[in-house]
Amino acid sequence: MIIKDVVCPFCGCLCDDLDVEVEGQKVIKVQNGCALAEAKFTGSGRLPAPIRRTPTGWDDVSYDDAIRETAEILVAADRPLLYGWSSTHGDAQSMGVHIAELIGGVIDNTSTVCHGPSILAIQEVGHPGCTLGQVKNRADVIVYWGCNPTEAHPRHMSRYTTFATGFFVPEAQKDRTVIVVDTRRTESAEIADEFIRIERGGDYEVLSALRAIVRGKGNVVPKMVAGVSREQLFRVAEICKKAKFGAIFFGLGLTMSAGKYKNVRNAIELTDELNRHTKFTISPLRGHGNVYGSNEVFTWITGYPYAVDFSRGIAFYNPGETTAVDILRRGECDAALIVASDPGAHFPHAAAAHLAKIPTVLIDPHMTATTPLCRIQIPCTIAGIDAEGTAYRMDGVPIRYRKVITSSYPDDADILKKIHDRIREVQGS
Amino acid sequence: MTELLVKNACVIDPLNGILLETMDIPVRDGKIVSSVSSAADVIDARGCLTLPGGIDSHSHVCGTKVNFGRYMSPEDMRAGRTARRGKMHVTSGYYVPTTFGNSYRYSTMGYTTVLEGAMAPLEARHTHEEFTATPHQDMLANTLFDGNWAIMESVRERDFKKTAAIVAWTLAAVKGYSIKLTNPGGTEAWGWGDDLSSIHDPVPNFNVTPAEIIAAMIEANELLGLPHSVHLHCNNLGKPGNYRTTLETFDLVPDKNNARQTLYATHVQFHAYGGTTWRDINSKAEEITRSVNAKPQIVMDMGQIMFGRTMTMTADGPMEFNLYCLHHNKWSNHDVELETGSGIIPVLYSKKSLVNCVMWAIGLELALLTKDPYQCLLATDNPNGAPFVKYPEIIGLLMSRRYRDEEFATLHEGTGQRTAIASIDREMDWNEIAVMTRAGQAKALGMAAQGKGHLGEGAEADIAIYPIRCHAVDPATEYRKVVEGFQKTMFTIKRGRVVARDGEVIVEGANSTFWVNPSVPEDLSVRNDPEFVRKFREYYTVRMDNYPVQDVYLPRGKCIRTEGAL
Ligand code: SF4
Ligand SMILES: [Zn+2]
Repeated sequence: MIIKDVVCPFCGCLCDDLDVEVEGQKVIKVQNGCALAEAKFTGSGRLPAPIRRTPTGWDDVSYDDAIRETAEILVAADRPLLYGWSSTHGDAQSMGVHIAELIGGVIDNTSTVCHGPSILAIQEVGHPGCTLGQVKNRADVIVYWGCNPTEAHPRHMSRYTTFATGFFVPEAQKDRTVIVVDTRRTESAEIADEFIRIERGGDYEVLSALRAIVRGKGNVVPKMVAGVSREQLFRVAEICKKAKFGAIFFGLGLTMSAGKYKNVRNAIELTDELNRHTKFTISPLRGHGNVYGSNEVFTWITGYPYAVDFSRGIAFYNPGETTAVDILRRGECDAALIVASDPGAHFPHAAAAHLAKIPTVLIDPHMTATTPLCRIQIPCTIAGIDAEGTAYRMDGVPIRYRKVITSSYPDDADILKKIHDRIREVQGS
Repeated sequence: MTELLVKNACVIDPLNGILLETMDIPVRDGKIVSSVSSAADVIDARGCLTLPGGIDSHSHVCGTKVNFGRYMSPEDMRAGRTARRGKMHVTSGYYVPTTFGNSYRYSTMGYTTVLEGAMAPLEARHTHEEFTATPHQDMLANTLFDGNWAIMESVRERDFKKTAAIVAWTLAAVKGYSIKLTNPGGTEAWGWGDDLSSIHDPVPNFNVTPAEIIAAMIEANELLGLPHSVHLHCNNLGKPGNYRTTLETFDLVPDKNNARQTLYATHVQFHAYGGTTWRDINSKAEEITRSVNAKPQIVMDMGQIMFGRTMTMTADGPMEFNLYCLHHNKWSNHDVELETGSGIIPVLYSKKSLVNCVMWAIGLELALLTKDPYQCLLATDNPNGAPFVKYPEIIGLLMSRRYRDEEFATLHEGTGQRTAIASIDREMDWNEIAVMTRAGQAKALGMAAQGKGHLGEGAEADIAIYPIRCHAVDPATEYRKVVEGFQKTMFTIKRGRVVARDGEVIVEGANSTFWVNPSVPEDLSVRNDPEFVRKFREYYTVRMDNYPVQDVYLPRGKCIRTEGAL
């Protein structure tokens, strides 16, 4: 059977045009998707049943016991951390927030190690953005800054930007000028009309120079700025000002290099400045399928997109203090629930090592680099494959994941609901 | 079966002609009935003011833009925080509170139904998710069509039936309630960083004018027999001299519906400016209300501003950019492909600013100079003019000349020359306030037929009991008691269940979302129009099959099926 218009849950592009062929309860073929999508849909390595660590290895344990023990761990903790959330759907995320509220815990999502700095910048200066279709239909200038979509978001260019045909850009690539800014010549740079190669850590300076030029203060710009020639900067500023519609996309090369959120702030202010001349937008290239959804859900319930601490009863937010990595690194956290993410693979060593010292529970379909750090792992459905639910695309467009196969695994939202209810019982008694 | 008897209620129910009558209200299974058994639960209203549940006919509380307002504003989240307590979740925020924050505050003020002022169809799923998390109000979504490509093309072809068919398909797909036009045509121009400056300017590349879009949408609205009229945010919002655009727009509107207005003009305060620049801005409320007083086909809401910090958020992207250039505060913008735009800017309305003082006066003038309170409803375009928690103060200002004078004395000294507020004697009475906060909204939204906004037999038992003894309070002098009284109900009853008591929400909510599914003959349905389907596939970035909002998003959805004249 072929299921049409399936949503790929892997990256923030959330392409919704996949044809997925299933036989029985197995995906056998994925059409339209990129290689990452194919791997996601046909992947193996799912944990068959809940497991609990023993002194020598792992024991199987029932869902009921695993859920009960998780609830007990969380209730007993003084500073529990609930982390992850980017590879699941909105119902699970929302249940996670309610658990954190109930136990006075800290809840954080994977933005903390990717676009957290972008959020901080947006909280200072705002965000002139748009949906991806605006770019597809209008943009004649596309800028990729500090990112390599060819690798990380393989269909971004073909669906939404460079190679996509749009209403006002019927000739796709011929009608568009593509500018790539990076510290190394990536695959994405190969297709650029203009490649700006910046010295490591030079983003802030280059953005400042461009802002000066767009403002008409180009005379202050020296001959070379972080490895970029004055001529190229003027040329690029001119391309941007002459654009009918320009769109900047940026990635971790901007948010995680020296300057961090200040870089993003500078890029946003460059965009503001360009809007005095023409139309310009800027958007972070969000990584995991539904990481933006975790920001949205956290925000409408708590008021903050990530790093929310309920220990005072109210929702408290102070990135740097209430962010997962910091709480772990300080050794403050005494129990952790990890859902739909892999901090074992992505956290700095000290933070990951602390997870192994405390009772950590993982709710995730797969054995991952986080599994060895856990006391209990509870397998669940994969949002977008054997579970449906809401996801938010990197531009905020909400899309409903489809369920293409049926499995015997419980949905993570249901597991979390049971943990929630169990906690209430324990608290009530 | 559950029964409830509200005893000794001093009722004002304008739609049923009841004015300050002390009576009992019997309720069975969520509806008002003629009598209940002796086993019914009893609430003693002790002679206090009892009204149908409040209805906000234009407020921004849920969806992409509102949530982005929260996302970018940790400073506001800190400005209002409550911990989890009883049945209440944690809340954050003052002018853009979290969904539960909005819901609890509305509920404790006696509001039981809210229309979200602007939902982009492509992002409707988000609005509905937040509706579910706003559990104490029945919700309705104004659906944005101002920059809709298919609509503009059908308008250009003068094919009203097609316009209507596109509206019908979209409303049903996104579970919307009504047609909203925000700066029609202007939001498409903003896709290129431009705006339109008159309702006769052509939209770039589409060759239609705002005037044509408005006229066609009015036709389509009535062809489909929608419960609400076209809901319009006029062009040129916030620009000195814009009252001309507003008057010109009002002159376009025929009288096409006996049951209600043909056009709902929202936040008209922002559209009633004389002058040519911020330096000589002045009030044109008199001109605007003269037009409205002569046109029963128009209903407006005030769009009152109140002094203090808040946030402007609207689908009117170009307007927000102008504000950014003025204030240099943080600015967000979010254009939505093929449909609309949006922008967000925090603002501070200050008594030291003459412009802000003029705006404050204009809102009040609009209400006080409109003869029929059914034609000028109380709203702040929450949170644009002020957060809705300010409504009680606005009620106080409308009911007391003394209160207005005292406020006026604290304003910028130039206010008197630019406005007429100081010379208006009118003081509104209890009945007029009831009209401006529920009966008028129910009528304008076409929700009276759904049992909203009145307390007659068969109505939904949404009831607000305020700690106000109308016979013992003189609003003209004791306006503080009025303001305080409207801030917190003694009881808010939703579908026959007490949901809030003395400012505390005491149960978990179970709201409904009302949406409209207009019937369209098969041969007119755009689903069967290959050209519509092709353009959808080529220009949207989501597939047509993934676009409609699934039923699971409306756990207690109420579909209103309309039989129009298509
Ligand atoms: S680009 Fe991203 S969303 Fe699209 S198919 Fe590839 S992995 Fe999936
Ligand atoms: Zn509005």
